[in-house]
Amino acid sequence: MTALQSPPKPAGTTDPSPSPRRGRRRATALAPRDKLVLGLMLGIPSLVHLVLVWVPAMGSIALSFSSWDGIGGFEDIEWVGFQNYVDIFTRYPRFWPAVQHNLIWLLFLIVVPTVAGLLLAVLLDRQLRFGRLYQSALYLPMVLSLALVGFIWQLIYQPEQGLLNNVLGTASTDPVNWLGDPDINLYAVLVAAGWRHTGYIMLLYLAGLKAVDPALKEAAALDGANARQTFFQVTFPVLKPVNVVVLVVTVIEGLRAFDIVYVINKGRNGLELLSVLVTDNIIGESSRIGWGSALAVILLLISLGFIITYLFQVFREEERA
Amino acid sequence: MKSRVSLSPASPPPVSSPRVSLPRIALHAFLIVTCLVTLAPLVWALYASLRTYDDTARNGYFSVAESLTLDNYSNAWTQADLPHYYLNTLLVTLPALVLVLLFSSMVAFGVSRFSFKFNLVLLMLFTAGNLLPQQVIVTPLWRLYLLTPLPEWLSDSGVLLDSQVGLVLIHVGFQSGFCVFVLSNYMKTIPHELSEAARVDGAGVFRQYWQVILPLCRPALAALATLEFTWIYNDFLWALVLIQTGDKMPITSALQNLKGTFFVDNNLVAAGSLLVALPTLVVFFVLQRQFIGGLTLGSTKG
Repeated sequence: MTALQSPPKPAGTTDPSPSPRRGRRRATALAPRDKLVLGLMLGIPSLVHLVLVWVPAMGSIALSFSSWDGIGGFEDIEWVGFQNYVDIFTRYPRFWPAVQHNLIWLLFLIVVPTVAGLLLAVLLDRQLRFGRLYQSALYLPMVLSLALVGFIWQLIYQPEQGLLNNVLGTASTDPVNWLGDPDINLYAVLVAAGWRHTGYIMLLYLAGLKAVDPALKEAAALDGANARQTFFQVTFPVLKPVNVVVLVVTVIEGLRAFDIVYVINKGRNGLELLSVLVTDNIIGESSRIGWGSALAVILLLISLGFIITYLFQVFREEERA
Repeated sequence: MKSRVSLSPASPPPVSSPRVSLPRIALHAFLIVTCLVTLAPLVWALYASLRTYDDTARNGYFSVAESLTLDNYSNAWTQADLPHYYLNTLLVTLPALVLVLLFSSMVAFGVSRFSFKFNLVLLMLFTAGNLLPQQVIVTPLWRLYLLTPLPEWLSDSGVLLDSQVGLVLIHVGFQSGFCVFVLSNYMKTIPHELSEAARVDGAGVFRQYWQVILPLCRPALAALATLEFTWIYNDFLWALVLIQTGDKMPITSALQNLKGTFFVDNNLVAAGSLLVALPTLVVFFVLQRQFIGGLTLGSTKG
């Protein structure tokens, strides 16, 4: 097709300046029919996205200032100002534990899978026999849903029949109730979540490492730097954009975490998370729209900082490119 | 890699020695152990799923199997009515997948091939929307779905709530953020001269999109399709909240019911879990390169 069109092309390319201004002129020079088609192509998907994602997100903010049980029409909404937030901060016994668990969750995911993923990526970023096989094995958990991860790890964590207590030899004597003990179950779940997350981080770093100019490393080697110096002084600084992506992806993943604790014990008894509290207000016993929205807004505020960081990173790069 | 090879005559030791050196052996040993530990949970589930209930009840799970059987799989298949839930998932995943790719490629086309003033804002909106935690959206969305009427032939609940149409819609809306971002980056790398030539030739905007740009995006579309299939298949929250009738649940969310069906029979739970995991595992093994490629496209540029 493109070969067929090469004859008229010279006429088009005599236009000397491929400057950005040319692009703008093209947009305004669109035929009316093209304008309509383009408008529909952009408009319909954007409308779907806006109505289903951004309108509800804004709705959460608005409704968080209301007291509404979700029954009856909008005229039954009673506006209560910051009352929901005050109540959540001062009188809701599940809130602060959930915040604490979310923070532990974030901290764990940021430290453990990131370090493990980076280490594995560095080890695998070379010509290595069976390299692809190792990568496949390490990526594998990534395709499983967190809900399934919860199921599979329950087989490991069971007190008497689970793999872990049997390997540790505590199964018959003094079995540890990994998922039932509120002091340790969060960490047990985090190991399972980290198991799935590490492959993803490794993938991101491997892609980043492939993009590092080998000449840089060679130059460092010629200058007498050893492998560790080369990594920390040369490679790691170049990986900065990847680090930002890893951080954002991890934080978002951490804030979204829900499935795994829900299949294990519906997010109770040591496994409370903000996401669980929000969901409980819809499918749980109480349907308190305003209350659930206020919790969602707290979640939104935490994630917003990271989302903006990500946008800044990505689109600043765009401008440079 | 290439430059390292070309450099090798100058610095022979690091290149010629790796095969048998001690650090190499240590590296392989470490990687093998790590891979085994990584695969252990799945292997353990597989092992449990192949044993009989009698065997594990008498000898415990941490023992050598007396015999191996596929009975648990056939039991899980029939008792939990898995075919029904696979079908539910298929009915949601396929339309959602097609629509996500169609919608997001159209937006990406508009944003990357033309320079409107609102392009950057639109792109940022989609990118940010894809990063929002679902819980930020879910409460008003649930309410919105309850208020939106649907004709009876589309949804027996009469509204978007508790209908598979609603599930498809939210997947399309939510996932298009990621796909628009990836596809617009990809389309920016396609030379402008191509669509220019088609335009000079009299092709309208839609033909430029459908016949010139889209075919060139096949690698990116394949990667996204693989990834999105896995994500939509793995969805748990949307269906849990937006579907209220257990019968209509897709398979991942129906897991919760399976657990109740099997109550204490771990062998059945293991078999059921692996059956649910099977489609994504198959996709991973067959289309691994697309899967990895999609995630890489999303994180770095191009």
